[in-house]
Amino acid sequence: MSKKYGIVIDVAKCTGCYACFLACKDENCGEAHPGYTEAQPMTGQYWLNITEVERGTFPKVKISHIPKLCNHCDNPGCMQMAENGAVYKRDDGIVIIDPEKAVGQKQIVNTCPYRVIFWNEEKQLPQKCDLCAHFLDQGFEKPRCVEMCPTGALVFGDLNDPNSEISKLVAEKKPYPLRPEFELGDNVLYLNVPKKFITGTVIYKDTDQCAKDVKVTLKGNGVEQSLETDVFGDFWFEGLESKTDYTVEIEAEGYKKVCLQARTMKDVDLGEIFLEK
Amino acid sequence: MTEQVFIQCAVGGPVRVYVKDGVITRIRPLVLDDKEDAPSWTINARGRRFSPPRKTTLQTFTVTERQRIYENRIKYPMKRKHFDPNGERHPELRGKDEFVRISWDEALDIVASEIKRIREEYGQAAITAMTSSHHNWGFLHYKMGPMARFYNILGYSQCLDNPDSWEGWHWGTSHVWGHWWRLGFAEQSELLQDALKHTEQIVYWSVDPNSTSYMYSGQENLIWRVWMKELGIKFIVIDPYCNCTASTMGDKWIAPRPGTDAALAEAIAYVWFQEDTYDHFFVENRTYGFDEWKKIILGEEDGQPRTPQWASEITGIPAHTIIALAREWASKKTMLAAGSIFGATGACRTAYGTEWPRLCIYLMSMQGFGKPGVNFWGGSGGAAPIDYRFKFPGYSDNGWDAMGLVAEKCYFPDGNPVTQKTYRILLPEIVMNPPVKWTGEGFCGNNIEQQFREFTCPEEGPNGAPIKMIHRHGGSFISTMTETNRWVRMYQHPNLEFVVMQDCHWQSETMFGDIILPASTNFEHTDISEWGSAGGYGKNDMNGNHRIIIYQQKCIEPLWESKPDYEIYRLLAARLGIEDKYTEGNSMEDWERKVFEYSDLPKYTTFEEFKKKGYFVVPAMPEDEEPRVSFRWFYEGRPNDLYSEVLNPNHGTDRAHLLATPSGKVEFVSQTLQKYAPEDDERLPTARYIPSWEGHATKELTEKFPLQMISPHPRFSYHTHYDNKSYWLDDIPQHRVKKDGYAYWPVRIHPIDAEERGIKEGDLVKLYNDRATVICIAHVTERIRPGTVHSYEAAAKYDPLEPGKPGSPDRGGLVNMLTPSRTLSKRVPGEANNSCLVEIAKWQE
Repeated sequence: MSKKYGIVIDVAKCTGCYACFLACKDENCGEAHPGYTEAQPMTGQYWLNITEVERGTFPKVKISHIPKLCNHCDNPGCMQMAENGAVYKRDDGIVIIDPEKAVGQKQIVNTCPYRVIFWNEEKQLPQKCDLCAHFLDQGFEKPRCVEMCPTGALVFGDLNDPNSEISKLVAEKKPYPLRPEFELGDNVLYLNVPKKFITGTVIYKDTDQCAKDVKVTLKGNGVEQSLETDVFGDFWFEGLESKTDYTVEIEAEGYKKVCLQARTMKDVDLGEIFLEK
Repeated sequence: MTEQVFIQCAVGGPVRVYVKDGVITRIRPLVLDDKEDAPSWTINARGRRFSPPRKTTLQTFTVTERQRIYENRIKYPMKRKHFDPNGERHPELRGKDEFVRISWDEALDIVASEIKRIREEYGQAAITAMTSSHHNWGFLHYKMGPMARFYNILGYSQCLDNPDSWEGWHWGTSHVWGHWWRLGFAEQSELLQDALKHTEQIVYWSVDPNSTSYMYSGQENLIWRVWMKELGIKFIVIDPYCNCTASTMGDKWIAPRPGTDAALAEAIAYVWFQEDTYDHFFVENRTYGFDEWKKIILGEEDGQPRTPQWASEITGIPAHTIIALAREWASKKTMLAAGSIFGATGACRTAYGTEWPRLCIYLMSMQGFGKPGVNFWGGSGGAAPIDYRFKFPGYSDNGWDAMGLVAEKCYFPDGNPVTQKTYRILLPEIVMNPPVKWTGEGFCGNNIEQQFREFTCPEEGPNGAPIKMIHRHGGSFISTMTETNRWVRMYQHPNLEFVVMQDCHWQSETMFGDIILPASTNFEHTDISEWGSAGGYGKNDMNGNHRIIIYQQKCIEPLWESKPDYEIYRLLAARLGIEDKYTEGNSMEDWERKVFEYSDLPKYTTFEEFKKKGYFVVPAMPEDEEPRVSFRWFYEGRPNDLYSEVLNPNHGTDRAHLLATPSGKVEFVSQTLQKYAPEDDERLPTARYIPSWEGHATKELTEKFPLQMISPHPRFSYHTHYDNKSYWLDDIPQHRVKKDGYAYWPVRIHPIDAEERGIKEGDLVKLYNDRATVICIAHVTERIRPGTVHSYEAAAKYDPLEPGKPGSPDRGGLVNMLTPSRTLSKRVPGEANNSCLVEIAKWQE
């Protein structure tokens, strides 16, 4: 069986250091790889880009960094819209925009719903990540972005080899496409992409103490889950669907039960919630 | 087209450099060879085996070297157009004049003749010179190398550095636990094993390891923090800004008002006293003066108990959160990530910044630091089981003459015949308004008495001289010191007759030079060094996973007409008749060979093999070697047994089981302050919260400038060395944000403060106070405490709207133009960048 290269990105392991982002620039800006890619302009194109997502409100804030690059899809839209074979998929799964045949084919840029194809005005050329095919073909093990990652948030390998690190990761953790609804057959898959959270801080009003180990129950979207507040009285429900109504119930012995409503238009901090006798 | 691959080392890590036709095409990490290179260590903890990646993890900005090396370089020797060494000098035009290209001979002749003239006219003390930190990596070419040797032979007024990144630790904690040989920091040894095995929680207090804790060690220790998160170790982060560690790894973010951290610390102690949740064995046996402090905390000294409610009013943190923090801290095995390497910046760079660091040690004493899992450590330096016994010098091991380590004659500390000193943060006053007096010798790493030495510049007596010439090697201080319009005024002052700027790049200060000398980067010449090794006061503070010794191979020819710093000073030395002393007849390779022979490398390899391969991985500590953990010896009352503590003055003496304070214990009442500074009412023997002289409660100021500005060290530049050269960084929104084609420096402001001022995301705004106006781009974010704004220090683009005019609004982002020049306290000559009030308004041209 032929190879099928892919990357699994664990967003929880990404600290936003941008080493992958800069490794891509180091490899491609001003450096053509004949037969693979034309040089990336020194600025304006981001073959690997990072989306920073700020979640929550002061003082309950989290940041997620989501690296995005060409997904080297099984059903690449860019390939379908390209004329005279200007976009092709190699036997190892890597999708290449031919830097000669693609000249003038601006329509290719808009075929990608992930917006990871860029238009080079000067060269009249659509350009994107080649998964460092030029580098791998010289015998190197990993694309530059993956090699540069300090935490192992990016794992590269052959998805068709059941013994590869990436295949084991896929089997164990079930990574998913960033936008499965596009149905492109993505080969860059993700773990721990943030959904919405609901948080709050529970305080005993009579003693002005943080309410520790208090049961908090979340209901909504057909599910019910409970957890206990931590020493700061904090609770965090992670992984919630957006634009969904939830009910939060807080129960502590000797105190009146509190019921709060929250709609996850964005991440929700219910703030300080005071329990009364 | 031929491709060659070289080994080099940058300030952010060792790299493989790919070169085609004499041009650098790629920068890769050093991937270790499983057959040739020594194996890595393994730590067994909580049922898992931890071993580091077999590669060097680079500091982000190091990945941009291919761009930095070529961009914004000084290409040729230059002379300022209206500077005539034999006629009118026009100092008032510095910063706005044009430059003309001249030959190396002409440039060096002018510099040499000006040095001679000034020495004859005013005396050799009239010349001062200084380097920047963190520019060209290498043992021989780093800041303690060529400039220091040249000027120590010649004679000059040494410019003393203030410990700018960790002021309060240096000037404060040295009086609590000794440790002056570490400039106030904790010893750091084998703490990774200790944490992985025992620690339940880390309190990161005013530190952000994901941004700055690597020092020179790439991102080597990031994986340690990832492992700790995987083990469920909790991270509590205390910082007015939800910093890069808090926002991605933190379990709890607590945001005090800037400058109030000491009050928070006192309230934590109050809870521990009330609830009796502290280590009685430790305070009874390992501390001195504890009861005096207890009186302060309980209000028995001044009638004000340091209750959580009291601290809540000051810090803006709810009292119940302070109580919960105190309880959580006392109930779990907790590391404090402050005062560790490199737990600097922030709360120790404020008014009275000596108090909070001292209180940190008081708190950890109450929790018995040194016992398993309880220590000073933040998942950064001084931690991996690497072998400190292997001998290789760090760049500051020999003080201000690196080559002196292997030379026939060393010129530090006894070479320089001039006793007069200048002081970095006071240099503008020293030039413009002499005489200037100050207390404290800057880096006081030899003994505690250095902190109390009195200085005057010009020195009284026949050997003193007013400063007439500055030789600036690197040019970052206009970005990294305080109230830095002072630098603009200094450079334009008629007292200053001659300014030499020597650098690789056009830094913000370069334009103020009379003569500009282009230096090459370390990629353009050879050197020999150990990755990440500062040596000296930071001896063995390696933050990495492997000790790697590098033969820094020359990758490309010096660009344009640049020359290596060693060569520039050699050519000057020849003109001044001191070349023989400077070189001792050595070529650069001779020096490299001598360093090789000085080290333990010959036990493993030959110079020729080492030079060819480019690096050597020092074998890790054997797995069966019992870890020697920081302060474990102290807790257990044993002699200090750490391999890393070679400079500890008690080491190997009958006081080896003690700290280097007079009592040998943690001093809650400092005997060194009682002895040397009995009249100092701003750094009393026992630390306490003192309201800032510029903070949230200074009403007369907050009426005009209501926002507190904090300006920590940046994440994507090493001081000023990558910004404004590595333009790829301008595409990282945390670093700069482009608007209408210009890359602006961001200021972070809370939505409440932004709305009050009509400021929206991406608006150009002016930050201003009585000292300066700086134009930034607004990032409206929940990550900052309302009432506080955040902008990183060290933007490297001074771009005033009216070039060369002091006080002209700067659109490059030099926020240190806004910070106060007032020092921490009367007798503590440090910079208090984070005690800064500003107002912000939309910028209208």
